[in-house]
Amino acid sequence: MTDKVDHSKRRMLIAATTAVGGVAVAGAGAPFVLSLQPSERAKAAGAPVEVDISSIEPGTMISIEWQGKPVWIVRRTPEMLALLVKHDDALVDPTSSVPQQPAYCDNATRSIKPEILVVLGVCTHLGCSPTFRPEVAPADLGAQWAGGWFCPCHGSRFDLAARVFKGVPAPTNLIIPPHMYLTETRLLIGDDDKSKLKGGQPADRGAAA
Amino acid sequence: MMNLLKGLLAWVDARFPLVSTWKAHLSEYYAPKNFNFWYFFGGLALLVLVIQILSGIFLTMNYKPDALFAFTSVEYIMRDVQWGWLLRYIHSTGASMFFIVIYLHMFRGLMYGSYRKPRELLWIIGMIIYLALMGEAFMGYLLPWGQMSFWGAQVIVNLFSSVPFVGPDLAIMIRGDFVVSDITLNRFFALHVVAIPLVLVLIIVAHLVALHEVGSNNPDGVEIKKHKHNNGVPMDGVAFFPYMVVKDGVAAVAFLMVFSAVVFFAPDMGGYFLEYNNFVPANPMKTPEHIAPVWYFTPYYAILRAVPPMFGSQFPGVVAMGVATVIFFALPWLDRGPVKSIRYRGPIYKTFLAAFVVSFVGLGYLGLMPATPTYTLISRILAVVYFAFFFLMPWYTKIDACKPEPDRVTSK
Repeated sequence: MTDKVDHSKRRMLIAATTAVGGVAVAGAGAPFVLSLQPSERAKAAGAPVEVDISSIEPGTMISIEWQGKPVWIVRRTPEMLALLVKHDDALVDPTSSVPQQPAYCDNATRSIKPEILVVLGVCTHLGCSPTFRPEVAPADLGAQWAGGWFCPCHGSRFDLAARVFKGVPAPTNLIIPPHMYLTETRLLIGDDDKSKLKGGQPADRGAAA
Repeated sequence: MMNLLKGLLAWVDARFPLVSTWKAHLSEYYAPKNFNFWYFFGGLALLVLVIQILSGIFLTMNYKPDALFAFTSVEYIMRDVQWGWLLRYIHSTGASMFFIVIYLHMFRGLMYGSYRKPRELLWIIGMIIYLALMGEAFMGYLLPWGQMSFWGAQVIVNLFSSVPFVGPDLAIMIRGDFVVSDITLNRFFALHVVAIPLVLVLIIVAHLVALHEVGSNNPDGVEIKKHKHNNGVPMDGVAFFPYMVVKDGVAAVAFLMVFSAVVFFAPDMGGYFLEYNNFVPANPMKTPEHIAPVWYFTPYYAILRAVPPMFGSQFPGVVAMGVATVIFFALPWLDRGPVKSIRYRGPIYKTFLAAFVVSFVGLGYLGLMPATPTYTLISRILAVVYFAFFFLMPWYTKIDACKPEPDRVTSK
């Protein structure tokens, strides 16, 4: 026995204890942090939704809930579709180069069928739900307005293909969710894997993102 | 009887530092004798904290943190619980009053240089309290589950999703879901009622311990510890108990009169303390026509909106908003002035401080308004003024023509 303190050994032991203790704290903390992630129930709520679109009048839209968010389905009139090509200069991304849509909607109308637009009704700025303003040149939106959506929160503007105009806070076009036609009038929102279709019904509703 | 009490005190004191703590923090803690109006707000903040904790505890007895029942349980408190309306209005008024008191308390620090050496850490702890209070207020605002609760939380949580790379996952982690939902409400309830209040109380104790270590600043910005009597008591100091306690008591009574007037006659304060849209239940499918945060967040919100998106991202605006909030932490090192108090500062500092106040109040007003092009332009100008106050500070405080500080505190 000696009274001498072995400082280097003590430092080594402190470092080793701290390191092992740190690993233990991180390990014990993991369940707490992971419990903050969406629960299985929250993930299951993302299941696809089936919609009957036969009752949508031309020039109007319906709003349905998918993953707790609004999804709009618009039946555009030929006049509305004709106006879409006239303001490319005023748009941030007229050709939809940013992948905000599935490949099968990467076209001029951002849709599978030109007249039917399916779009996630959540502003790409900070997540408000824009207001549908189909009328042409209303007083409050100006003479340039050819119909579209106006976000009440921060003033972002979108045309009837849900493409964002220049000079507003939203950086990108609205998102087109994955979707597919089950029949001529029945749409499935949230899934586009046709191989899952068996007899016209989605086989596995829980598997969609 | 007296002997019995004295005996009890001696018994306790032999086992717990009761008398010495009382002396160190109250009866023998000396505060400068030249305190003025602006020195009421620290004590008042403590008073509001107690009001909020008390009224909050009683509200939780009837509130239900469930998306299906939250809104109706608040209405139940308002209509059916005996005196429930009073508890609720006290709590909602207390939230706004907390920020009024804290903003005036912080402004006092700006005017008299209370953040300067040796009070840097005191200031930093105070700033942490301010941030915790913002979190507390934000999460509490979701609980009534009204339209503004929902969409306010939606917008603020989405701010985090604009952070490059990790943003979207971070936002999902905060919400616990892909949208603001029942899960979000439940966890915000836990944080609002348990976690943040615990943290707040702890750091407020730390704030007071740090204050009592370095001693209070005063309107002259000179240290009273420089001149002491032979017994070690500062010549310009007054014992906190009973003198300062009595003085603060007067302020507390006056404050409670104002507080009661709001609670009883204008609990929604014309839509500023309780927004009208929040009397409509949350509807995730429909954003209200006009949304704005509660008034105490609007200066930062106006800065957020003033910054245009860059490189296809809203992140620069979020960064500007974040910097506007945390820049206060750097004040002790930005200020290079030879004097602390505005009384001895030159005209340049006074002009900058006045411009800062105008920008803060102006941004607060613009943050409540819809974003029209004119308002956005004014917001941009005011945001530049806001940041100029901080970023030019090392320069203008140095060249300013200051007056000499007195040796001891002055009083009229």
